[in-house]
Amino acid sequence: MPGTDADVIDALVGITPGSPLDAIRARRPEARAHAQATYRALFAPEDLGNVTAQERFAVGTFVAGLHGATAVAAAYAARLADSGVPTALKDAVDAAIKEARTHGPYGSYTPGPLSREDTPGPVYRMEAATRGALGARLAAAFEHTHMLVFHPRDAAPAALQALLEAGWTTTDIVTLSQIVAFLSFQIRVVAGLRTLAGRP
Amino acid sequence: MSDTVLKTPEHTIPKAFTRAQLDWLPWLEPLGVDALTPRHVASLVDAARVKSPYFRLLARDPDALEARTRTDKDIFYNPDAGLPRAERELAAAATSRFNGCLYCASVHARHAATYSKREDDVQRLLDAGVTAELGERWNAIVAASVALTATPSSFGPEHVERLRRAGLDDLAISDVIHAAAFFNWANRLMLSLGEPATTAG
Repeated sequence: MPGTDADVIDALVGITPGSPLDAIRARRPEARAHAQATYRALFAPEDLGNVTAQERFAVGTFVAGLHGATAVAAAYAARLADSGVPTALKDAVDAAIKEARTHGPYGSYTPGPLSREDTPGPVYRMEAATRGALGARLAAAFEHTHMLVFHPRDAAPAALQALLEAGWTTTDIVTLSQIVAFLSFQIRVVAGLRTLAGRP
Repeated sequence: MSDTVLKTPEHTIPKAFTRAQLDWLPWLEPLGVDALTPRHVASLVDAARVKSPYFRLLARDPDALEARTRTDKDIFYNPDAGLPRAERELAAAATSRFNGCLYCASVHARHAATYSKREDDVQRLLDAGVTAELGERWNAIVAASVALTATPSSFGPEHVERLRRAGLDDLAISDVIHAAAFFNWANRLMLSLGEPATTAG
């Protein structure tokens, strides 16, 4: 992945100046600039607060891995490596991706007429070895992230309670949620624009 | 103490997708109106959002909120050609219907109905879901939004071709992609930080 100033979506789609997609993105200049500004706010903020750069890139790598977005995942994994994490942690992120991958969206509605649309699916509980390598705080974040990625309609206060108990403050949870939700956007813009450009 | 899960007041949970106005009740403590710094207020972009617990909760990370909001506004409100506003809202409503976000679906189904004047079709999307028959152009937009919303994405060249056959140029198709992608962002925040409630009265 390029540094924080080069446009990440352009880089991941392979948009070059003067190309048709460059012209299309230029027609929505605020969206283009602020998608990048969001990336900066979440991955290279002026103030990291309580959420470390390693945690941010570990979650980013996990989200992209869960989406099967190989190129995006590789880019975030490279930034995770740059952040100086031990190899064991990087390996644990890869292990978590392998454990947790499935297909979404699924989940349940509040009992009622919509219950006929309830779709069963796994609730991710990380394997002990992976949890040990990631630590309790990041393990809780990954379990929450899996829910947000694959079955967000199962969200409940208990999920937030689990994060609080693992040491995530209210403000940390807002940042974590934005990271997962923003990546869910960025990955789809990249996939959609690559398809529009006729790229695999 | 702000680092605790909030107990929501007694409320009625909507049991079906609706175009009616809903409330949204936070599960985590929003910033208090009196505690907002000028940076927090600026991050809301619209001053009226100071009344919204959802935006005051997101204002805890003001740089992310402000960039999110400016991205949102350009994707949906930029009037320069591309996909008509009604169909950007349709893509948002279809994405929200498929992910199961009753609150987001209510807002954007309302907008889709307002801008398209096709209230019956929008209601059919809410009632029957994303396989509802809405006419080929709308079916193509809904199918593309749903394919892009699946995880992993199943959006492929066949969706682009179908949108082109339905009369969308590449800027309009890019607008479908961005509208659906944006609601994969918005749905996850709305669904996981609080819950919808039927408004009293």
